[in-house]
Amino acid sequence: MSLFDHTIKELEEKLHNKEITVQDLVDTSYNRIKEVDDKVHAFLTLDEENAKAKAKELDNTKDQSQRLFGIPGGIKDNLVTKGIRTTCASQFLDNFDDPLYNATVVDKLNNEKAVTIGKLNMDEFAMGSSNENSSYTPTRNPWNTDHVPGGSSGGSAAAVAAGEILFALGSDTGGSIRQPAAFCGVVGLKPTYGLVSRFGLVAFASSLDQVGPITRNVEDNARVLEVIAGHDEMDSTSANIEIPSYTENLTKDVKGLKIAVPKEYLAEGVAPEVKESVLEALKVYESLGATWEEVSLPHSKYAVATYYLLSSSEASANLARFDGVRYGVRTENADNMIDMFKHSRSEGFGEEVKRRIMLGTFALSSGYYDAYYKKAQKVRTLIKNDFDKIFEDYDVVIGPTTPTPAFKVGENTDDPLTMYANDILTIPVNLAGVPGISLPCGFSENGLPIGLQIIGKYFDESTVYRVAHAYEQATDHHTKRPQLGGAN
Amino acid sequence: MAEITKDQVKHVAHLARLAVTEEDVEKLTDDLSAIIGYAEQLNELDTENVEPTTHVLDLKNVMRKDEPKKWITQEEALKNAPDKEAGHFRVPSILE
Repeated sequence: MSLFDHTIKELEEKLHNKEITVQDLVDTSYNRIKEVDDKVHAFLTLDEENAKAKAKELDNTKDQSQRLFGIPGGIKDNLVTKGIRTTCASQFLDNFDDPLYNATVVDKLNNEKAVTIGKLNMDEFAMGSSNENSSYTPTRNPWNTDHVPGGSSGGSAAAVAAGEILFALGSDTGGSIRQPAAFCGVVGLKPTYGLVSRFGLVAFASSLDQVGPITRNVEDNARVLEVIAGHDEMDSTSANIEIPSYTENLTKDVKGLKIAVPKEYLAEGVAPEVKESVLEALKVYESLGATWEEVSLPHSKYAVATYYLLSSSEASANLARFDGVRYGVRTENADNMIDMFKHSRSEGFGEEVKRRIMLGTFALSSGYYDAYYKKAQKVRTLIKNDFDKIFEDYDVVIGPTTPTPAFKVGENTDDPLTMYANDILTIPVNLAGVPGISLPCGFSENGLPIGLQIIGKYFDESTVYRVAHAYEQATDHHTKRPQLGGAN
Repeated sequence: MAEITKDQVKHVAHLARLAVTEEDVEKLTDDLSAIIGYAEQLNELDTENVEPTTHVLDLKNVMRKDEPKKWITQEEALKNAPDKEAGHFRVPSILE
C-alpha cells in the first residue's frame, strides 16, 4: 500500500502525529515517478530539487495548519509557474523556461503549502481528447498503456491514477478534466464558469475554459477546490461570490434528491457496458432514497458543432499572441516580420492547433461571421436554456461522462470529426457554464474504467460533491488501482 | 452550403498568419469542408428570435480601479524574448 492510498485528511493526521514527514510524501511521489513514468509519460517537467528543499523546510515549520500542507500535487502545463518551464505541450513554447509569474491558482496552492512536483502533459494548447496531440511523448493510460488517457488533461488524470501525485490541476474547455478522469478512473471536476480564476491559464477558449481539480476521491477533490476557488480581480470573468465549505457539506445524505437522466445521454452511440454501469449507479441512488426520471436535453445533439465553431473562433484570437516576438521559439527562416510570424507559428504549432486556428479564423472572417460564429452563439443559448429548464425541477443531471471507455492509441487520429464526437456528453456542460464532475462507476469487460457524470446548478458544487460522495461511499470502484507493476 | 476552395484556405491562412504548403492547403481544404459541412446542421434550428450567448454569467463592464502597481521590470519583460537589443524586442525588418 502506498501513502497515496490515503485521503489528504488522513495524511494530514499522520503528519500531525509525526507518523510521516512531508519529505516522505515528496519522496513517495518522485520514487513512483521514477518507477512508472517512462511508461505513463504523465510529466513534462519535474521540479525535484525545489520540491525536496520545500519539503525539508515544511518539516521544520511549526505552523502546519494550512489546508494542503505538504501534499504533493502536479500542475497541467498550461498554467504558468514562475521559474518552472511552461510549454502547453507545444514546440512553440519549448524554450519557455522562466515564466514571470504564477497563475492565481498556483499561488493559492502555494499559500496552503502544497508541494508542486512538476508540470503535466496534455494535448497541445489543450486541443484534443486523447493526449496524442502532445508535441512531446503522449501520455498513456495507466490501466492499459495501449490505450489513451483521454485529454486534454491526460497527464493530470494519468499521474493521479498511477499514484505519482495526490492531486492535479487540469483545465476543462469541452470535457478536458472530466473525460480523462473517466478514462483513468479518477475524480475530476469542472467548476461553474467563473468560480475559479483563469489568470495565468494559457487561454484556449475564454468563455468556456475553467481550471479544476483531479484526485483519487471526492473528499480530496472538494478540499482542493476550496483552496483554488474564489474571486480574483485579475480575471474580469471571475465571479464575486462567497465560497462555501464543500468538505463540510459532503456527508449529508441524498434522501429525496431529484435526479434527471437525459435520454440523449443513454442513446445510440453510448456503449452498452457504459449504459449498464450508469443504470447500476442510478439503482444505488434509489437505494439511498433518491429518485430519477428520464428527461430530454433536446439541443444536445447540436453541442459538438456549436462547440467547435465557438471554441476554435476564440482560440484563433487567443493564439494570435504567439508571434515569436516576446517569448517562444522564433523561426530561422524569415527575412521580414510577417514571414517571421507565419513561419514561427507554422513551425511551432502542431496539426490540430493549426486546423482549429484555421477553422476559427474562417468562422470569424468577413462574410461568414453571422452564418457560423453568431449562429453558434445563438444555439449556445438554446443549449443553456435546456439545462435551465431541467434545473427548475431537478437537483442534478446524471449520465455517463463519455460514450465509451478509453480507446486505443491511434484509433481515432485519422478523422477529426470522430475524435470530436468523444466529447458529446461533456461539451454541453461547458456551453451552459454549469459544474460537472466525473467519478468512477465501474469497469469495462477489458478492465478499463467507466465514468459517471453528475451535473449541477450554477455555483452548486456543494450538491454535486455531496451526490458524488454518497455514491462513492456506497461503492468501491474508487479503491481499485491500475496494475503498472510495483507496489502502488 | 458553403463550398470551401483552396483559394479561400490560402486567404484564411494569411489572415491567421500561418505559412502553408500546397500539401497543407489540400489537406486543410478537405478538413475544413468536412467540419463546416458538419456544422451546417445548426441551420436546422430556427434561431431568429434567440439572443446569442457570449458569456454564461451576466457580468457587465467589470472594472477595477486604475491604480499604478508594481508588476514586472523591463529586464524581466525581455528575458524570454528570442531576440532583443538595447531594452527592446528586436524583430526582422517590416519594410522590404
